[in-house]
Amino acid sequence: MSFTNSIRRIKAITVKEIRQLKRDRITFGMVVMIPLIQLLLFGYAINTDVRNVPVAIVDQSDSAAGRWIVEAIKVTQVASVEAFYKTSTEAEAAITRGEVRAALILPPNLTEKLANNETLGQWIVDGSDTMIAGAMKQLRNMPLDQITGINTQKPATFEVALFYNPEQRSAVNIVPGLIAVILTMTMILFTSAAIVREREKGNLELLITTPIKPLELMLGKILPYIIVGLIQMTIILGLGHFIFDVPINGSLAQLLMGTLLFIAASLTLGLIISTIARTQLQAMQMTIFIILPTILLSGFMFPFEAMPKPAQWIAEILPATHFMRIIRAVVLRGGEIGDMPFDTLWLVGFTVIGIIIASLRFNKRLD
Amino acid sequence: MSNLSPSSELAIDAKGLTKKFGQLAAVSDLNLQVPKGHIYGFLGPNGCGKSTSIRMLTGLLTPTEGSIQVLGMSIPKQAEALRLRIGYMTQKFSLYEDLTVKENLEFISQIYCLSPNDSRSKISQLISTYNLLKQQHQFAGTLSGGQKQRLSLACACLNEPELLFLDEPTSAVDPQNRRDFWEQLFDLSETGTSILVTTHYMDEAERCHGLAIMEQGFIRADGSPNDLMQQMGVNVLEVSHSSLRELKNSLLAFKEIKSAAQLGSRLRVLVDNRVTDPNAWLRQARPDLKQAEIRLAPPNLEDVFVTVTGQQPSSPIISAEV
Repeated sequence: MSFTNSIRRIKAITVKEIRQLKRDRITFGMVVMIPLIQLLLFGYAINTDVRNVPVAIVDQSDSAAGRWIVEAIKVTQVASVEAFYKTSTEAEAAITRGEVRAALILPPNLTEKLANNETLGQWIVDGSDTMIAGAMKQLRNMPLDQITGINTQKPATFEVALFYNPEQRSAVNIVPGLIAVILTMTMILFTSAAIVREREKGNLELLITTPIKPLELMLGKILPYIIVGLIQMTIILGLGHFIFDVPINGSLAQLLMGTLLFIAASLTLGLIISTIARTQLQAMQMTIFIILPTILLSGFMFPFEAMPKPAQWIAEILPATHFMRIIRAVVLRGGEIGDMPFDTLWLVGFTVIGIIIASLRFNKRLD
Repeated sequence: MSNLSPSSELAIDAKGLTKKFGQLAAVSDLNLQVPKGHIYGFLGPNGCGKSTSIRMLTGLLTPTEGSIQVLGMSIPKQAEALRLRIGYMTQKFSLYEDLTVKENLEFISQIYCLSPNDSRSKISQLISTYNLLKQQHQFAGTLSGGQKQRLSLACACLNEPELLFLDEPTSAVDPQNRRDFWEQLFDLSETGTSILVTTHYMDEAERCHGLAIMEQGFIRADGSPNDLMQQMGVNVLEVSHSSLRELKNSLLAFKEIKSAAQLGSRLRVLVDNRVTDPNAWLRQARPDLKQAEIRLAPPNLEDVFVTVTGQQPSSPIISAEV
């Protein structure tokens, strides 16, 4: 009897939440627009494969070899030649002004050096952006077979076979990661406002005088957004698959289970925020406090393994880090959540403990 | 007028209730006995401890000291069980503005786990009782003050409560709606529902069976409105005079004068009833009043309020003539 009543009260809250969500046109629109727009934007924009770095050339030799080398650099597509200067001072000034990111200095005795098989010239590079600096370093051993006609290349020490993303397309890595980032953002935002909004609007004062129990209120608030989360995941992965050609190698059942676990964990995190914050603005600030580390530390932008240990520990607390591993494993490598018991259990534990904390923190007393 | 006999069953029995927020005592040593079936009023200015008292009685706040029995249950220990038997109408509109009238009622009925049949019949009955038929599919946020208040009362009555707590239910409502609202309260009282209502309107306080006047966390006087007026210990005189401001200030210097307040072209003067002939005493105290028109007026609750609190009912107290 009391169990049936609980179910009915949870259902009442859920139905009410869905009605309110449907009437809030902007929020309802955001459910679809956030994943849609952000996927298209980031899917095209984020590219870790550096190309077309603007560079300048200072060719003091003014020789045929110099012109050959410049053409060879253009062919690599790493750099795009934007300017020619007479002196290295001028080139350095252009780097300072930010017009070019690097400059190639070719000495007057270039032809001689080429004949003696010496180092030909010097790249001066704006090294402040490590990604660009890394790309320019690739040019250090640029092959010159076509100019000299001699094969100077040594055989490679190792062969590298690239699995899962042989063409090295960034989108393949970005799209599954975007599911984690976008779900973190929307799920936490929705529920972090959930309790606070009722408090601000005065609804809570009435609700706490009714027989509703904190756990029932929490569950009732979470349920509608699980559906919202699944809709968003479908949009991201569907578009990712058809527009960005991201392979979905794992089974849909595994995908669904992994995502449900993460949605539940994110929603509980939002609920905890909602029981701490006194105003919607505070809830928003706390949400941002969570979202930024999610984007930067979860392995979405940078490899998790490259971070220092303390940063890794912090990242391990966040549900997004664990989901990032699960979703990439399932989508890209055809893995199963059973292959990652630690990440799976973390999400389950986070949800259960989170719901308990939120229920305990939500007091039906005013003092 | 109804004095409570010790044998009468009490809906609320609170003893020595004190609530402190830090150093500040919001309510001090409050004793309250409300018999079943009564409409009991808390009269007092904003911030006098009315809402805090109601929140303690409903188990939302834990009293610093004192004991509470509501409907025979010990509060705050049995607050959850009490919630099924009471209705609560908050001071601020607390229903969902983006749900319709009917959806709000349905929501509350589901929270109280009414069976679908009970819920349907109860909701349609409440919609017609509280005259919300035309608005039933309107969003609650677009209702007028009076309609919002009727919807709140309807929601508070969904679970057929034995005891209703109404926290300033009429603060955003016009006089006609207030009058209708009180008719509805009397209808509920008729069916045996006990009601505790807070107000700062004197005319509403006058309609209650019993009444407590609160000020700064203390009950200054309690009883039926009639008893309070009888026991006030003053006679009320109304004086017509040309320079009322000056007269008022000079009269307040006499210790026999409890209060003087201007009402249009008259001055309402409360004279200690130990003065046997107040009319003659006044003419003697102020010889220039010999020709003035002075008449004895029936006391009202505002006079009671002034005498028990020792101050004029300044801005927070509104004496509204309906």
